[in-house]
Amino acid sequence: MTIRNAHPKTALKLGAALLLAGALTLSGCAKKAPAELPPPPAPTTAVETPAPATVSGPTPGSQADFVASMMGQDTIYFDTDRYNIDNADAAALTAQAQWLMKYPGKKATIEGHADERGTREYNLALGERRATAAKNYLVSLGLDAGRLTTVSYGKERPVALGSDEASWAKNRRAVTVTID
Amino acid sequence: MSFRRLPLFVLLLSSAAVAQPQMSPQPVVTATSPAAEQDEGGLTGSVSDETPWQDLGIAIPTFATNADVATQTSAGSTAGLGRALADVITSDLKNNGLFKPTGPDALPQPSFGQIVAPDFGVWSGRGAEMLVHGYVRANGDGSLTVGCYLYDVALRQQLVKGGWQVPPSDWRRTAHKCADLVYSRLSGESPFFDSKIAYIAETGPKDRRMKRLAIMDSDGANHRYITTGQAIALTPRYAPDYRSLLYLSYFNGYPRIYVYDLETGKQRLITQSTNPTFAPRWSPDGKWILYSMAIGGNTDIYKISAAGGGEPQRLTNTPGINIGGSFSPDGSKIVFESDRSGGQQIYVMNADGSDQKRISFFGGRAATPEWSPRGDQIAFTHIAGNFRIAVISPSGSNLRYLTDSWQDEAPTWSPNGRIVQFFRTEKGSGRTGIWQVDLTGRNERKLPTPVDASDPAWGPVRP
Repeated sequence: MTIRNAHPKTALKLGAALLLAGALTLSGCAKKAPAELPPPPAPTTAVETPAPATVSGPTPGSQADFVASMMGQDTIYFDTDRYNIDNADAAALTAQAQWLMKYPGKKATIEGHADERGTREYNLALGERRATAAKNYLVSLGLDAGRLTTVSYGKERPVALGSDEASWAKNRRAVTVTID
Repeated sequence: MSFRRLPLFVLLLSSAAVAQPQMSPQPVVTATSPAAEQDEGGLTGSVSDETPWQDLGIAIPTFATNADVATQTSAGSTAGLGRALADVITSDLKNNGLFKPTGPDALPQPSFGQIVAPDFGVWSGRGAEMLVHGYVRANGDGSLTVGCYLYDVALRQQLVKGGWQVPPSDWRRTAHKCADLVYSRLSGESPFFDSKIAYIAETGPKDRRMKRLAIMDSDGANHRYITTGQAIALTPRYAPDYRSLLYLSYFNGYPRIYVYDLETGKQRLITQSTNPTFAPRWSPDGKWILYSMAIGGNTDIYKISAAGGGEPQRLTNTPGINIGGSFSPDGSKIVFESDRSGGQQIYVMNADGSDQKRISFFGGRAATPEWSPRGDQIAFTHIAGNFRIAVISPSGSNLRYLTDSWQDEAPTWSPNGRIVQFFRTEKGSGRTGIWQVDLTGRNERKLPTPVDASDPAWGPVRP
């Protein structure tokens, strides 16, 4: 079965199940991230990886591997207009740092985002501030700053499309993306 | 490609112009006679009119021509052009709260000879207070000459006239020039119709929106895309001389401010830095560029010579986000946005960065300040629940809201400081459109654009 070709309703149910699973995983630490977070990263990766004869996951050290290993912790979330790293963020960034230390040749970009309820230019600066906060924390954990770059998308690239608190909470984020 | 303002003696139809020394900008209302209301068409529709009572009725019939010949314009022959010109003028004069123009569709067509000798009886009978007449002439070299005359119907006098010789591609500009002539003569305000707008054209779904730099005339005509949409483009600003645009592009993957040369189609970074740059602005004389740059997550405002090559001067130096900036018309001060006190608020400083003072103290957050070209007001986005366009005095007093919607942001001014332009985002869908509102806040309209639109920025009136 492939999720990509699934009937929309089936896909929705699956998505809901995965979201629930995600919520359970995070229930101990997700303070301000919405309860149904993180979005499940695994399905697309699994679908797009060609199935060889042997049991396989993503290539170790690849971005796909990073996403799969992080189980949602490739993204950290922020309160409105804030950019501080709280306990949940610190746990996620620690997991990211551990992975990155296993692959010392890997570089990563941290993408900072804001929700739609801000003015465009301020949100660009705010996204940069959030990405930099994440980067600084990773560096404080011992990562070489030269391996990390930041980019802000302001409010231009939301992941949740609603105009409501739950969507905005998902969009106030910094996402670490490793460079293959 | 010349756009020539004709000296008066070149005017085909000269007339004994006795200009009225003084016209009241808000003319006294005249009662419409019952007889006039039974007349067909024309200016007699005041019964169902919802606009304020002081609107001035202006008749704008088709421009006449000495000979109906083919032209190289999109409007066809000189006769077709005569109608199109009157349509463009009518459309310009609508929606600004001052006039009630009636276009050529509902009006009789004057003869060529009547352009300088109107049949005032016809127009007063229709209740017209003002009358615009004009003519089109195709010249031997392919260029066009357009004349424009404004008459006071009750006084039976010409108030002002103008004439322009243009290449066919610029025919709409003569209509805007005529509308500017009428507008400034009757309102006492500076002209603004013959100007252009840069903005961001938006298409596609909310999470993968394509954003392209685009330009158009002040009425939405002559629309042109500048960038392809492969890189996100945001926040354009027209250079005061219209030769270039400042804007933000994700060209090469990171947000940076570029100067885009409209003549060569080439662009350059305003500053060689690996740090992201945002929020570009011109000084009124075009000699300086303001931009905001983030270093280590901290954003400050810088000033650099527009000619390129100079060292940037840092104007702000506080923890937090200092961003944007808009010069006062005399170039001596800059109004900008900063969250140094917590949320976004408005500050004013001298153009060298000294004497930074907060001016917004009315609750909520205050963002994207833009100084009026007349100097007397600052337009901004007020965030308190909804996002509304508002104006304050340069001292921060006299807060007045111009709009009330879910999310209106990024106001910029018309060249004459009478109209504020901004973009409105629809809740949920995220769809955007450019809107204009006059300073009373009563006259709001959506600007026609081929696709969704944001970040409008007006250039100056063209010479």
